[in-house]
Amino acid sequence: MLKSTTPTVVGSKTEAKTKHRTFSLNAKDKYYAALFLGPSLLILSVFVFYPMLRTLYISMFLTNTLGKTTVFNGLGNYTDLLGSPEYIASLGSTLVYVFAVTVLTVGIGLLLANLASKRLPGIGIFRTLYSVTMGVSVSVAAIFWLFIFNPSTGFFALLSNLLGLPVINWLTDPTMAMWAVIITTVWMNLGFTFLILLGAISAVPTTLYEAASIEGASERRQFFKITVPMISPTLFFVSTITLIEGFKSFGLIDLITKGGPTNSTNMLVYRIYKDAFYSGNYAQASSEAIILTVIIAFFTFLQFKFLEKRVNY
Amino acid sequence: MISTNKPSRLNKIVSYTLLLLLAFVILAPFFIGIWTSFLPTMEIAKGNFLSTDLSLNNYVSAFTKTPILRYLGNSLVVSVLTMAAQLVFCSMSAYAFVFLKFKYRNAIFVLFLITMMLPFEAEIIPNFTTVKNLGMLDHYSVLLIPFLTSAFGTFMLRQAFMQTPSELKEAADIEGLNHFQFYWNIVLPYNKVSLITLGAYSFLGAWNQYLWPMLTTFSNNSRLIQNGLRQLQSEETFNDWGMIQASAAIIVIPTILVLFIGQHYFKSGMNEGAVK
Repeated sequence: MLKSTTPTVVGSKTEAKTKHRTFSLNAKDKYYAALFLGPSLLILSVFVFYPMLRTLYISMFLTNTLGKTTVFNGLGNYTDLLGSPEYIASLGSTLVYVFAVTVLTVGIGLLLANLASKRLPGIGIFRTLYSVTMGVSVSVAAIFWLFIFNPSTGFFALLSNLLGLPVINWLTDPTMAMWAVIITTVWMNLGFTFLILLGAISAVPTTLYEAASIEGASERRQFFKITVPMISPTLFFVSTITLIEGFKSFGLIDLITKGGPTNSTNMLVYRIYKDAFYSGNYAQASSEAIILTVIIAFFTFLQFKFLEKRVNY
Repeated sequence: MISTNKPSRLNKIVSYTLLLLLAFVILAPFFIGIWTSFLPTMEIAKGNFLSTDLSLNNYVSAFTKTPILRYLGNSLVVSVLTMAAQLVFCSMSAYAFVFLKFKYRNAIFVLFLITMMLPFEAEIIPNFTTVKNLGMLDHYSVLLIPFLTSAFGTFMLRQAFMQTPSELKEAADIEGLNHFQFYWNIVLPYNKVSLITLGAYSFLGAWNQYLWPMLTTFSNNSRLIQNGLRQLQSEETFNDWGMIQASAAIIVIPTILVLFIGQHYFKSGMNEGAVK
């Protein structure tokens, strides 16, 4: 679900101006601050900071089926997890999924954006059509694609029969099930990624291309020598966002494969959900949640670092 | 709008062919879904895809035999309320970070930034216990209260508010406006585009929620549309593909219409924030 982040993090144009803003040093400011900031701080404390610390705490204990902590276990849950082939497999399939989704989403998105940035009559229609999957939610995407993948009545099965090809068992073959989830995710992500990349390409100064054309550089060369380097910050931005959202994937997995077959799509968040709310193993699920947090925090931090010049602290 | 060299005729043909082909591939799942939503399930089951037995029967049964309208209503209420709350609370905290001077301001701001690194998905276990203890399960409040504000929204609006010309603040000080007046009469109207962007973003975010509502709602009274579709798909209508496709179409068509209408705003808001 790529949609849940907008590109605005990237930008802020006039940092310099604001640095010199003179604040009215009013003693009343702190009361206003309490009033303006209070509600947000309260919500974040209850539903973000407390649960994070609590999860960390639970992850270092053993728990009973009610979720009550029983015996202190130190880092035992973590060493158990990292020693468990099943968890490592889960981590592996998540990495495969995230990598494939990111490469395909950004690659295809770039292709679409570059094509749609051309000055051609009627190009606006294509821009609208390419962004259309932004309006698609997880459950709709899952239903559309589940029908396409359906082995007996689905569209792909029909097509294979028509062409005399063997029918692929999209949802019962472990490798193909992974691809089914990847394809659906990429399709859902495309609209958003396309729009962001189109915005970035449109902002590249046309004079650069004019100069290159005069020197006789081919369109292909212009794409790799001008477009890609000029929009590299945006490329980095959409890649990390796709990556982060990929690690957090849950809805499509639940709807399309339920983690199966044979755990081949049992990715990190799905595991947390299963271990906690099906198996009642809260301690293990909490350790998994902390590992997920570390991964996501790492990539978010990387993004902040990279954008530091643009993001004013 | 980049290619300044005039595309040759051949170039144009190649471009349009590619454009059309890609549009076709991207839109294919819609076409297939919407086409089958008009077919009787019997025909779909037989693989009789090109049947001309088209009707709105699937839509009629989706509306009459399933609680889809209730799910849609729930999602609409929760999404609109989430959007409104985030606009209010995010803009208020963003205002505090930009226009108020107080102790620990930077420390609290860093706390907000850290929040953006913590995935909600990793916090569901204690959060579930919290809402259970507060008696909020299976109620609108459980879908709303944890999302009244967002660190990301605050951050995004802070970036926008910082670009408010300092002359406005000076003028407001001369006029003797207090912070409420300055916030409401000047800062909010001045940052309309950013607020619309955040509004669209938070609405879509709430609309697309999946894991949390699935954990915390169990009845049709509070079940949201995403989980409702899953319910339809797994339960009574098992294999009634015609009706399932119709339900998906009922949900996706309004969102896409809203998207097309709102795209003008949405795009300009996004481009404003994107890398220049």
